[in-house]
Amino acid sequence: MAVLNEEQTMLRDMAREWADNETPVTAFRKMRNAAPAEGYNTEAWSEIGQMGWGGIVVPEQYGGSEFGYLSLGLVVEQLGRNLAASPLASVGPAASAIVMGSSDAAKTAWLGKIAAGEAVATLAIDEGPHHDLSKIKTSVAGGKITGTKEFVAEGDSADVFVVAANDGLYVVAKGDGVVCNTRKMADARSHAQIVFDGASAEKLGGTDLTQAIVDRATAVLCAEMLGMAEQAFSVTNDYLKTRVQFGQPLSTFQALQHRMAKMFTEIELMRSVVEAALEAIDSGRSDIDQAVSLAKAVGGDTLKLVSREMVQLHGGIGMTDEHDAGFYLKRAAVLETMWGNASYHRERFARLNDF
Amino acid sequence: MATTAELDAPTRPTDAFREEVRGWIAENFPASLKNAGNAMATIEGPVDESADEKAWREAMGKKGWGVPTWPKQYGGGGLSPAEARVLNDELGRAGAYNPIGGMGVMMFGPTLLEFGTEEQKQKYIPDIAMSNIRWCQGYSEPGAGSDLASLQTFAEDKGDHYVVNGQKTWTSGGQWADKCFALVRTDKTQKHAGISFLLIDMDSDGVDVKPINLISGFSPFCETFFTDVKVPKENLVGQEGQGWSIGTRLLQHERNSLSGGGSSARMNAGEGVADIAKKYRGTDDKGGIADADLRTRIIKHEMDKRAFALTLRRAALDAKSNQGPSAATSIMKNVGARITQDRAELGVEIMGMNGLGWEGEGFSPEELNQTRVWLWGKAVSIYGGSTEIQNNVIAKRILGMLDHQ
Repeated sequence: MAVLNEEQTMLRDMAREWADNETPVTAFRKMRNAAPAEGYNTEAWSEIGQMGWGGIVVPEQYGGSEFGYLSLGLVVEQLGRNLAASPLASVGPAASAIVMGSSDAAKTAWLGKIAAGEAVATLAIDEGPHHDLSKIKTSVAGGKITGTKEFVAEGDSADVFVVAANDGLYVVAKGDGVVCNTRKMADARSHAQIVFDGASAEKLGGTDLTQAIVDRATAVLCAEMLGMAEQAFSVTNDYLKTRVQFGQPLSTFQALQHRMAKMFTEIELMRSVVEAALEAIDSGRSDIDQAVSLAKAVGGDTLKLVSREMVQLHGGIGMTDEHDAGFYLKRAAVLETMWGNASYHRERFARLNDF
Repeated sequence: MATTAELDAPTRPTDAFREEVRGWIAENFPASLKNAGNAMATIEGPVDESADEKAWREAMGKKGWGVPTWPKQYGGGGLSPAEARVLNDELGRAGAYNPIGGMGVMMFGPTLLEFGTEEQKQKYIPDIAMSNIRWCQGYSEPGAGSDLASLQTFAEDKGDHYVVNGQKTWTSGGQWADKCFALVRTDKTQKHAGISFLLIDMDSDGVDVKPINLISGFSPFCETFFTDVKVPKENLVGQEGQGWSIGTRLLQHERNSLSGGGSSARMNAGEGVADIAKKYRGTDDKGGIADADLRTRIIKHEMDKRAFALTLRRAALDAKSNQGPSAATSIMKNVGARITQDRAELGVEIMGMNGLGWEGEGFSPEELNQTRVWLWGKAVSIYGGSTEIQNNVIAKRILGMLDHQ
């Protein structure tokens, strides 16, 4: 655990308690079964809005609290533990794009609503199944944007999109020239293809800003992954202590103890790299790119290990839809892929270090 | 919010203290030793001290700054942890090193400060603070490795003294040590509760030391035989039967030093493995390491190393903010060992046949060193509680998993 100030400690504890009370995994299951068009838990999201979490990275002058990325990460981590279906991890970085962007009009139009949870903002960046900023073809001419974005998280409900074009980042409101095609995926969360066909677009910044925002989104995603890894591990540890075979709890078998010790070790390392990435953003370090790639690569490998072991160590029950293990597995695989998998980030880290 | 910036911040203990430290180092540290590193800290070998090295050791020893946080009345520096960090910073800045080390400092001293009598502290601690005498550890036996509590070396009660018989092994630096802190059995009817913590003079009659030749060609460890060795009763630390709890407390000090600034850190220092790979294996058209498979493994290793460094920093910040010992400390030994061994394996692989040279012509000094470092590194996951024992400790103490019945 990073050393937190009082405000961060309160925020984390509050988020943890709220997530345990209001969005246990049963709430996710209910949402999955009901399959609302938004693809998230609308009741919980409206409470999140009232608590002001939508504005954690928004300056006070626009109605936010400007606590920063470590704080946003702490909240998202707590939500991730319970697989809480909320757009928060998309909203924060999208708001940052507007904050860091050059459009005062966009700031005035959107930041207040985003901070209050009245508008959902999201990132529309990639155009294929793998994260790759070098393959962006979307273009803008005369203030109109044209291109097709794939796998846009929260695309089903977003009121405003932060869109990557080949010359930088734009803000585009839902409406004329924006078409949403839902993509139903294994994690039962909102993902959509968004087609921009001459929609009005306002420029926020160049491709440097695009990369900076993707790094922020990746760091927040890593916090969600950390929460999931910790909870998947904890549920598995509890299960091994209760499941009896050969007259003994499974937790007494050394082969399993050592697998758990190994996972515990990897999760401790994961916590260090994820917190370091969030802190790097807050302190404006020059090596945010490296810190983020380290977090996503190490975090991705660790969540992969823990989520797969969760199924294996639960045995048959872990294969059933009735058990939560499958939810962690499916969400984990989506997050491992989003914003570049471990292999992508290892390569990026290597290039940044001249290996 | 505490970050690296705060760790590095030159404030807190007062700038006046920093000035004092800086001035004292400038006055006392011999210029000839600048950036020379600390030969005394390398693995328990015999060292021919130069006049300058001796002067520096004695200056630091007298000042108490070799053991900066130990109490002043026993020859320590009496500094706060924050002041000790300033001292450490300033030593680094001046290209100086701490000449006071060894097992007395890393393990035995802190344990004696906690469990020793006033007389014992006054008798032993000042010599440790000056590095005047060398200590060795008498724990493992041929039949008691990971299962240390099955040790058999017996100390028989003869009224005012014990008579010790038995054999210890893996005694680091036993051939050069003046004294030994040992776990011995004072009661054969109980396993853990029959163990006591005893201090034995290595020059006593009946102590026989034989170096063990290792696969690396080094002999840093010995077998130590005790035959009817007389040990005064006043050399008992704590009570009879308390040896196990004292001894395991000492192992915590050992694990901390092995995972933190110990030998693993030194073995990882030096030229980056990626640069060595480029030199030996060449580069591709993008300037990257030519062998793609090797390159991927080097990247993973470098990331692992970075994650470990961040975890050490996190644990240090946790300790500093009084959140209690971080759970992260329990993983340090295993991860440190993994990184040390991965690095050595990569080094040998990169150098090919040149990385396996044993001695003599045809190899660079770096290549010959690589061979020995690689072989010695196999010990890292075995000593100080093997990787498997560490995993048992994590599973049982932290994860609450129980023993198999």
